[in-house]
Amino acid sequence: MPKVSMTVNGKRVSANVDSRTLLVEFLRSEQRLTGTHVGCDTSQCGACVVHVNGKAIKSCTTLAVACEGAVVTTIEGLANGTELHPMQAAFRTHHGLQCGFCTPGMIMAAVDMVNRLGYDLSEETIRHELEGNICRCTGYHNIVKAIQAGAAAMGGMKVAAE
Amino acid sequence: MAGTGIGARVERKEDFRFITGKGNYTDDINREGQTHAFFLRSPHAHATIKSIDTSKAAAMPGVVGILTGADIEKDKVGGLICGWMIHNKDGSPMRAGAHPALAQGKVRYVGDHVAVVIAETLAEAKDAAEAIVVDYGKLAPVVDLATATKKGNPVIHDAAPDNQVYDWHLGDKAATEAAFKKAKHITKIDLVNNRLIPNAMEPRAAVGDYNAGEEAFTLYTTSQNPHVARLVLSAFIGIAPEHKLRVIAPDVGGGFGSKIFIYAEETVCVWAAKKVGRPVKWVADRTEEFLSIAHGRDHATHAEMAMDENGKILGLRVKTRANLGAYLSTFSSSVPTYLYAPLLSGQYNIPAIYAEVEAVYTNTAPVDAYRGAGRPEATFVIERIVEVAARELGMDPAAFRRKNFIKAFPHQTPVIMCYDVGDYDASLKKAMEIHDVKGFAKRKRESAKAGKLRGLGYSAYIEACGIAPSAAVGSLGAGVGLWESAEVRVNPVGTVEVLTGSHSHGQGHETTFAQLVAGRLGIPIENVSIVHGDTDKVQMGMGTYGSRSGAVGMSAIVKALDKVEAKAKKVASFVLEASEADIDFKDGKFSVKGTDKSVDFASVALQAYIAHKFTGEQLEPGLKEGAFYDPTNFTFPSGVHIAEIEIDPQTGVTTVAKWTAVDDFGVIINPMIVEGQVHGGIAQGIGQAMLEGAFYDAGGQLLTASYMDYAMPRADDLPSFRVDHTTTPCPSNPLGIKGCGEAGAIASPAAMINAITDALGHETIAMPATPQAVWRAAQASLAKAAE
Repeated sequence: MPKVSMTVNGKRVSANVDSRTLLVEFLRSEQRLTGTHVGCDTSQCGACVVHVNGKAIKSCTTLAVACEGAVVTTIEGLANGTELHPMQAAFRTHHGLQCGFCTPGMIMAAVDMVNRLGYDLSEETIRHELEGNICRCTGYHNIVKAIQAGAAAMGGMKVAAE
Repeated sequence: MAGTGIGARVERKEDFRFITGKGNYTDDINREGQTHAFFLRSPHAHATIKSIDTSKAAAMPGVVGILTGADIEKDKVGGLICGWMIHNKDGSPMRAGAHPALAQGKVRYVGDHVAVVIAETLAEAKDAAEAIVVDYGKLAPVVDLATATKKGNPVIHDAAPDNQVYDWHLGDKAATEAAFKKAKHITKIDLVNNRLIPNAMEPRAAVGDYNAGEEAFTLYTTSQNPHVARLVLSAFIGIAPEHKLRVIAPDVGGGFGSKIFIYAEETVCVWAAKKVGRPVKWVADRTEEFLSIAHGRDHATHAEMAMDENGKILGLRVKTRANLGAYLSTFSSSVPTYLYAPLLSGQYNIPAIYAEVEAVYTNTAPVDAYRGAGRPEATFVIERIVEVAARELGMDPAAFRRKNFIKAFPHQTPVIMCYDVGDYDASLKKAMEIHDVKGFAKRKRESAKAGKLRGLGYSAYIEACGIAPSAAVGSLGAGVGLWESAEVRVNPVGTVEVLTGSHSHGQGHETTFAQLVAGRLGIPIENVSIVHGDTDKVQMGMGTYGSRSGAVGMSAIVKALDKVEAKAKKVASFVLEASEADIDFKDGKFSVKGTDKSVDFASVALQAYIAHKFTGEQLEPGLKEGAFYDPTNFTFPSGVHIAEIEIDPQTGVTTVAKWTAVDDFGVIINPMIVEGQVHGGIAQGIGQAMLEGAFYDAGGQLLTASYMDYAMPRADDLPSFRVDHTTTPCPSNPLGIKGCGEAGAIASPAAMINAITDALGHETIAMPATPQAVWRAAQASLAKAAE
């Protein structure tokens, strides 16, 4: 079994894995980071979205061995200690989640959206950009509001830091 | 409203764990020594099993055990049950075929469970399953709902030789025929309520565990009602007596009805745990979910409505065929009968109604309750036929509805239900104002200028929630009572745990139930914990479905709180050295009438446990009370949804331009959460109307078994929704709650199709109104206009 090493949420980890092990399996089973979910098997639903080297990817269709040396951030690594990431806080404030199953992937995709497109996101942009994430509970109404507010809050934090 | 009491928009207490990845779903649970189960499923819709050879598979790496229907039979594991008895028109009972957890001698749909492989890893279990050799004797499948009962068809269950489950009716046939004889106008429609797949984002999962020392089982499962699962697994399937079987439904990632039922997979996991002597875990992949979770809807209906010369409705007759799939799922028989026909009166005063329902077996996945369960089907019938009738009579659809609305309450319909309260006109009026219906003509002209077709559709729905008075449903065939339980445990420091038989899988009970308790006891909401989903903690409960947790589950909590307050007043009377009759309780303080003497709730709690101020003869120590609440009537949420859509006739793409919902849910605990429930329900209804559909080919293969094939609503298919309320408090429960969980899904399909047909100018469009279907219909409209 090949050995794979990567940095997950700031921590160096390595393990010998079956070569067919998917990144999501590595995170959930090997690292016990169960916040990343599996909602489908065709790379459609987005419950498994994590960041690899700063970009959102679907961990259900990525082999763990393909992430050798990579820097991986999961939902568990987003908050700064007990201080929520602004996107996490926005999902709570705007009731952007119900059952919570799609939520980690939604939040990771939303942060990536802001990283790529900036802090001022229109409703149309957000809805279009969410094509890779499915939610069955919310009808997306409050997810869209949450992402818009979360993006603005991320912008505000950046301004404050400068 | 500020604060955290009833009516406040309190942020959800449960959110922190979900937004930080700390939720605890069934797939997140791993037991020491755990094995992994993989189900070998039938590739055929209908076949005999001549033989199963597991010898090669059993020798493969990592395999711990392989079990088949023969093992089920040998161990006398009971079959899965249907818990609602329906009687035929002639009084004879419905025809229910056996439903073994692993197939015995025959498979009846693609995805039926043939064998389970238990191995060290899931990959090893899957590899071994491929090496199992099954010799099938292929039989012709019965797939089509319309022809399922045709003479000479293959027989799916020997118990039902013509594939008919039941032939049932409700209402007064003679009175309805008489009403039609008086009619000046009769409107007729044929409708298909398309088959859907629920698709909660968390696939089903189960972990079975057996403690040989205690001779006790634990099942972790994705359930909306763990106590009902325990009851069925114990009393009917015979896994173990209830005190030796613990069922835990931890965080559950959505249900929408599909996680009410007791399935083959969880039954096998808990049974197999003892057989192999190790915990057994199974997690469905999405394709397995598509194949084997209970589907929803799947009705074909012919309906006729009779009206007098003034457009007053005189009578309604409805004939429905319902597809129940290959086996009767847990509550399947009730959905097209008692959850359907009693709602056919809608919001209208209809003097005579007669409904006939024929339910059939087909070689497809079992069909059972899905968000709304029967009520969306009823609403689709009544709201489509009312719309078509108004158009045929040349009346404004809103005016036609208003003319026929029930205006006096209580109102006894001809189909069981007695509506207790409502103001249908208020919801219609408010919805029309918010939506700016007056401006529609102008918006339609603007669309036309851009080459688009614009349409507006109403849906004035009613549903029956707060399910349900136990004796009433018992008389209609239910195998269980539908009360709810609660226990309020006050700790010595004044914090409170509430144990509820309701189950939260997205509804936010940890917040709304805590709002009720904190408000009532005058304590901070942080000091209240809601405990649910574990049969070892909560004694008994009936779970969450049918929008019942507010109306029934919270009513049980109110009853328990009444008892807690009464007991606490006794304690306070000793603390304050006053007569019990002189103690007032308000804002978390017990005080003596007419004095400034008072003591807070936490101090009284402490005194209840210290028990220094009273003797054992005077008062029992402690502060903990339980209650069971059995509703006295159904509740009747109602409202009006208005859909406005725009069709591009060049592409057939339908855009939802505007959506307004005005609902009367009675008293609302947390408007933020209620609005969220409505948003999600509307999305599912729009999905049904224009995107979703489960399709089998003639051979019984499911063509829509992945998210590449089954069109789930995505963010860019939907608009933002305008959601508002009117309020007539429910008179039959202490909080005045009616329930809100299903309304959106019940109302929206009819509103969508009414809007699309309005835009097209003709009635011939079926759900899902996909771009291709709409394009064809639009071309027909344009061709007709050009003539």
